[in-house]
Amino acid sequence: MSAAPLSLEGIHKSFGTKPVLRGLDAEVQAGEIFSIVGPSGAGKTTALRLLDLLDSPDAGRITFHGKSYPIRSPESLAQRRRMVLVMQNPTVFRATAFENVAYGLWLRGVPDAELRGRVFAGLDFVGLLEAAKESAEKLSGGEQQRIAFARAAVLNPEILLLDEFTANLDPFNVRLLEQSILRYRHETGCTVVIVTHNLFQAKRLADRVALLLDGRFVEVAPAADFFEHPVRPETRAFLSGEMAY
Amino acid sequence: MTDFSEILQIVGLSILVSGTSTLIGSVVGVPLGVLVALRKFRGRNFVRTVAFTFYGFPPVLAGLLVFLILSRGGPLGFLGFLFTPIGMILAQSVIVMPIVMGITISAMMTVEKRLHDTSLALGANERQWRTTALHDARVGVFTAVMVGFGRAISEVGTVLIVGGNIRGQTRVLTTAIVLEISQAHYLEATIFGIILFVIAFAVFAFLQRLQAKGVV
Amino acid sequence: MTALRRPREPLPWPSFVTVWRVAFVLAALLILAGMAVSIDLQPRSFIVLATTTSARDSGLLDYLIPYFQSDTGIGVRYTAVGTGQALDLGSRGDADVVLVHAPSAELAFMAAGQGLCRSPVMMNQFVVVGPNQSDPAGILGLTNATIAFERIRTTHALFISRGDNSGTNIIEKTIWSWVGYTPSTTNDTWYKESGQGMAATLDIASQLVAYTLSDDGTFLVHSANLDLRIDVQHDPALRNFYSVIPVNPSVHPSIFVAGALRFAKWLTSERGQSLIGNYTAGGVRPFQPDGQDLCP
Repeated sequence: MSAAPLSLEGIHKSFGTKPVLRGLDAEVQAGEIFSIVGPSGAGKTTALRLLDLLDSPDAGRITFHGKSYPIRSPESLAQRRRMVLVMQNPTVFRATAFENVAYGLWLRGVPDAELRGRVFAGLDFVGLLEAAKESAEKLSGGEQQRIAFARAAVLNPEILLLDEFTANLDPFNVRLLEQSILRYRHETGCTVVIVTHNLFQAKRLADRVALLLDGRFVEVAPAADFFEHPVRPETRAFLSGEMAY
Repeated sequence: MTDFSEILQIVGLSILVSGTSTLIGSVVGVPLGVLVALRKFRGRNFVRTVAFTFYGFPPVLAGLLVFLILSRGGPLGFLGFLFTPIGMILAQSVIVMPIVMGITISAMMTVEKRLHDTSLALGANERQWRTTALHDARVGVFTAVMVGFGRAISEVGTVLIVGGNIRGQTRVLTTAIVLEISQAHYLEATIFGIILFVIAFAVFAFLQRLQAKGVV
Repeated sequence: MTALRRPREPLPWPSFVTVWRVAFVLAALLILAGMAVSIDLQPRSFIVLATTTSARDSGLLDYLIPYFQSDTGIGVRYTAVGTGQALDLGSRGDADVVLVHAPSAELAFMAAGQGLCRSPVMMNQFVVVGPNQSDPAGILGLTNATIAFERIRTTHALFISRGDNSGTNIIEKTIWSWVGYTPSTTNDTWYKESGQGMAATLDIASQLVAYTLSDDGTFLVHSANLDLRIDVQHDPALRNFYSVIPVNPSVHPSIFVAGALRFAKWLTSERGQSLIGNYTAGGVRPFQPDGQDLCP
């Protein structure tokens, strides 16, 4: 496969008269952890929703291995099922932890015996095997987010999209989730896009970092270069915390 | 006035008629409620308003409507369903359906948009999402069914008009109560009332047990 | 069927979906089973009788029907409603036969061609009942209801009206018209409307120590529980005639005409008439046989 697993070409998106994205261009390479950082309200979440084919851009193209899919087409559903988006605030179904993790597998018609194996492996992966039969709503926020990660991970996605997935969590759960992601990428080689406003997290996880500012990628660079030798003045301002947000 | 076997027959018919009409009303009303709550279409608010209006619809009017339809002169008169339990079930289904539908709509409206995104992000198509939303709102939907049953077993207007309160055929608890009151047999009426209460209590306790065990 | 439909995607929450599917199938089966049971191709073995509440409340029908059934093998399902509704059920074809007591309405029903024939069955009478211990209007022993009503009006003794446009209520209004006065609940504090059936109205009159008009059958059946007695009876104007009318099958082909005719003829036969004459309730015989078979 020659083309990048995921690329953005001139993406524009407005809500009403308010432009949110004003020409996004980027290519995400296979197997890398690509982090989008930027102040709140810069359009990070909007970009991620577009990437997951939940919403369509006003202009521009999102391609997967060179192909683009109009949303709500059967092909876009198939593509959507090759990736998973984990959202900012933990959102669980009113069901047990097991059923939550099984959800995506049910949607894909995975046979029961295989499903059980994969769900338990997924729960084990995030250290929640004992909680399998517990009601997911009764778990703590951190545990719920770990369920949400397992729910995504058991689907063996080609692309994992994470939206501020450790916001508002305690340090223990943040560490646990970050380690899970690194281990998961190591084991499966899947492509990961992480949206975060936490620079330290980007530094810990990302191979490449993009700064999203006012609806555009201001700078896209390997993590080491981005943090040690930023090119753009906006990046320097953002890194030094001079940018008020 | 009324012997034990006749009381049993009245109780049995009450449960059969109200239970069946609740089942029919739910099988129709829940999917309709789900569609109205989740699908955006022109006139959706109108449909919701109509459902809630029927919610407060006097049963006697529903009974009159079904009576006119099932009467020999009416469009379905050839079926001969007037003054039969089938007719009563049809009439009560007409009452139960909008109630179940209305409460289902309300319950489904409380399902968060975030859950929709989560479901789609995990790969759901629209039909799978509807099932998911229904599952998430199942406690509210279950309440809808219980309220529907409560309304069915306690209402007297339709079963009296469409059933005719025929002894041994279409007499149910509520019409028996009305009859006993009209004859000033207040003791008998009270006994029937207590039986009605006990049945409703038993049914609700059983259903809640099911719910607590997570069967539904 | 080679429908061009994509195979459906599997649904999440399989056990939950199963419960719903079972409920759906169960409902469908119940409906179909109900239809199968009720769409009976066999000829009917019962008649539907529409009658008035007084015939039911007196207990007469529950007494007669088992005899009719054992004599003829035909069951009777009766619904007791207001006089107007009973005749309407006949003219809709929803009842096979009607048993009512409203001569003028019956004649209109016959004139419209709705009835096959009309046979008188029996009679009872309306009586004015009042408190057991007292007689504030002084009407005990009278045989003229008009005079009794006049005395109730002048003494302002408490009177309970049905107020429901039933046959009994219409008779009561007729008597007031003979008195030449139309009492109303707004102007006459002594005049009250119950808006309920005969038995309930009698109970109210008993509790409020008041007068009321009743058919003697209902009163006699319930008299044991009432603190009331008959003050006025045997007024020829207050006789109440019951007729049986099989519905005309040429207007309503679905009528079980053989059963309906059998019922009408049985009621007016020697057997039916003697049963009616011997029916006792509360120690008295409320109905006087008056049968005459006018059916073909």
